[in-house]
Amino acid sequence: MIEFINFYLVPGFAIGSVYALGAVGISMIFGILRFAHFAHGDLMTVGVYGVFAATVVFPVNPFLLVPVGMALAIFAALFVDKVFYQPLRKLPTIYTVISSFGVALIFRSLIQIIGGSENRVFGSGIRPPLILFDTFRLSSLHVQAVTTTAVIAVVLHIFLSKSMTGRSMRAVADDPELAQISGLDTEKVVRWTWIIGAALAAIAGVFAGLDTSAHPNLGWNLLLPMFAAAILGGIGKPMGAMAGGFIIGLAEELSSYHWIGESALISPSYKTAVAFVIMIALLIFKPQGLFKGRLL
Amino acid sequence: MSVLLEVKDLTAGYGGPAVIEGISFDVFTNEIAVILGPNGAGKSTVIKTIFSLTNVLGGSVQLDGKTITDQKTSKLVTMGVSAVPQSHNVFPNLTVDENLDIGTYAAPPVDKMATREIILGLFPDLRDKLKQPSGELSGGQRQMVAIGRALMCEPTLLLLDEPTAGLSPAYLERIFDLLLDVRKTGVTILMVEQNARQALQIADHGHVFVNGKNFISGTGQELLADENVRNSFLGGAAS
Amino acid sequence: MELTGLFFYLVSILIAGGIYSLLCLGLNIQWGMGGVFNAGIAGFFATGAYASAILTTSTSAKHIGGFDLPVLAGLLGAGIISGCVGWAVAKICIRLKSDYLAMASIGIAEILRLVIVNESWLTNGSLGLSGVPRPFAGLASGRTADIVFLVFIWVIVIAVFFFSQRLYDSPWGRSLRAIRDNEQSASAAGKDVEKFRIQTFAIGCAIMGIAGGLSAHYFRFLSPSATDPLLVTFLVWVMLIAGGSGNNRGAIVGALSIWFLWSVTEIFTNRLPPEWITRSSFVRMLLVGLLLQYVLQRFRAGIIPEKAPKLRYSEEE
Ligand SMILES: Nc1ncnc2c1ncn2[C@@H]1O[C@H](COP(=O)(O)OP(=O)(O)OP(=O)(O)O)[C@@H](O)[C@H]1O
Ligand SMILES: [Mg+2]
Repeated sequence: MIEFINFYLVPGFAIGSVYALGAVGISMIFGILRFAHFAHGDLMTVGVYGVFAATVVFPVNPFLLVPVGMALAIFAALFVDKVFYQPLRKLPTIYTVISSFGVALIFRSLIQIIGGSENRVFGSGIRPPLILFDTFRLSSLHVQAVTTTAVIAVVLHIFLSKSMTGRSMRAVADDPELAQISGLDTEKVVRWTWIIGAALAAIAGVFAGLDTSAHPNLGWNLLLPMFAAAILGGIGKPMGAMAGGFIIGLAEELSSYHWIGESALISPSYKTAVAFVIMIALLIFKPQGLFKGRLL
Repeated sequence: MSVLLEVKDLTAGYGGPAVIEGISFDVFTNEIAVILGPNGAGKSTVIKTIFSLTNVLGGSVQLDGKTITDQKTSKLVTMGVSAVPQSHNVFPNLTVDENLDIGTYAAPPVDKMATREIILGLFPDLRDKLKQPSGELSGGQRQMVAIGRALMCEPTLLLLDEPTAGLSPAYLERIFDLLLDVRKTGVTILMVEQNARQALQIADHGHVFVNGKNFISGTGQELLADENVRNSFLGGAAS
Repeated sequence: MELTGLFFYLVSILIAGGIYSLLCLGLNIQWGMGGVFNAGIAGFFATGAYASAILTTSTSAKHIGGFDLPVLAGLLGAGIISGCVGWAVAKICIRLKSDYLAMASIGIAEILRLVIVNESWLTNGSLGLSGVPRPFAGLASGRTADIVFLVFIWVIVIAVFFFSQRLYDSPWGRSLRAIRDNEQSASAAGKDVEKFRIQTFAIGCAIMGIAGGLSAHYFRFLSPSATDPLLVTFLVWVMLIAGGSGNNRGAIVGALSIWFLWSVTEIFTNRLPPEWITRSSFVRMLLVGLLLQYVLQRFRAGIIPEKAPKLRYSEEE
């Protein structure tokens, strides 16, 4: 039981929070710009390397430098939107999907050119785990990841339901034409979508990078579970995407627990396939997700 | 009576051939003007063109003497024009309150809460639905939300595309009564209507379009009395 | 000597160009004719490569088979197995809209990759398969064998090209394009849209499988890390869009010209200062990424655009 909590449940929540933060952006972009953003994982990596570069210049706790990574990811997102995606907006969205596929490659190769392709370990290496009641061994990073995500979820929810920008975003996601007729500034909404999506992607990337190590494929490897989370939560439902992230994270970790007998239910080497299978099953049987999102 | 909106020789389409051709009419300050015509006549297209949602191929639209033909839609909202489209006229996943709130973003009214109170006074049905997603309302209630949203920016000119489509006769009369109340608050209304007889009864002027062209214009009473209009649009003899 | 070196360099470019041409022709059937999105090209390519390699290598204790069959039988098997996998995938996913299909197809390619890496009874895992035979190995030896292979591969490319041309102009191809251009009215006209789309996907995957098989025979060795799945998928997309999606000639011209560009950049990046040389492949990747953006924005119709007017049942939506 203790083993289950320490090695499966808590890590499940931790990776779940990474997925949750990434999936929010994917879900919002899907809802407002109406395309699947294949460069979102690599946008995460951009954020991580931004933080990494900053730690080289200012050797302080990497958490203090997260804003640098966020700023870099936001800049990168706004830049590619302006230069690559916006000119394609009037065409069928599949062109933007293909374009984002290329942007993913551009991000990754830039990172490899500038940062090299080897693994990078952040900060001072091993951090002692938190030990509660002598039995629960929690990695402090995991606790930080989950609490940060929870706080972000609350703030984001308030932002979306109370602020003018947040409501405009939901309105554009609901009906872009009526939003235009109501005089809303859709380009501003698009900008905010990128800002929020990229900032959260950078935070998610840092948690993922601190947990293991940072490498150029970090974000790409997280992309499909994040898509799965966004679809699970229902497209255009940011809170649903958050929940979806945790569900996918837990499903991945718990699938390799030895539920029956001695051996893992599903071999850990197929862990990543769990998210894909969930995603494909959802796409087929319940494409509107668990929380009644929109179908595109 | 001064002219608020002057449409002159307006020709427009959707990228292909012109859908409306050489449409001309005037809307006077604080009146209710009605656009009539068979399905596909181009009524919605006229409304959309005034609101800069189509491709203008010729002619002009003037608001208060200023040409607005190539203003952006969002700019028109700030100039006091507000519109309710024929379908998809509420944000279904947003609550009634949020829908109304969206109406204030482009052109904030002086006192948002006061404006909201006036509108809820006009549409008391909405008062106990404020927290409900608009997608869950009845057709008539949705229409009220849509008109309410359009009124939240305190427009001088309200464009309505078939505000009574699909409503029961009782609801239809309520909406028309409401529009008379709205007019009393100083708003000019230009609306497209299929329920020609009732619409002409509350209208100051009516404009009939056929095949994208002017067919006949006149006061509500003149059109109600007109032989041609009666035969084609009012179902024969007068009541 | 310099000249023969150059000649064989050209031969190797044309061989790889032939493999990419096949991949492009396969994608053109799926996307160009059928409007069905496939972002899992590498998965079907790898499936075909392993299928053909297992069928043609000699018996080994380390993995299933080999079956020691002739190369042509191996390639046929590659086409059939990839086609069947594609058919099964399409059966499940084809109803999805393009964005969702993109996600699903990448997911499926990833699952195929995991199977190849993990199931060593089938594929010998990360150690890979060696001793994959070349066709007509008796005809020539050494470098001249490459010339034999070049001819072999282009005979197949041309055969597939004519097959695709026939498909394009057949009633089947016309219905397919009608569906691509306007799904609603095609289904209103009584076309079984889903059936057509499944068939397109399976045929395209079969061709990609043959391309995979050919690459296994060319390199004589196969391992999970031999190809960068993303790069293959991505290059093929760039090739098809640049060449002219919907046009079989365009697919081949696109494949050859982009592959040529890709190879030429290698010559330049090899001249880079030593500290940059390790990064040269990333520079090339960046260039291809930028090239795709350019093509998407300025050059969407491609080098040889589709000639046939788009088919419509009616103008009504
Ligand atoms: N978005 C559009 N794109 C292309 N053509 C359009 C579009 N909207 C309308 N049309 C065409 O313009 C013509 C006039 O349409 P419009 O909607 O203005 O008619 P209407 O008078 O409002 O009819 P109804 O009473 O049915 O609402 C029609 O022939 C229609 O096919
Ligand atoms: Mg209409």
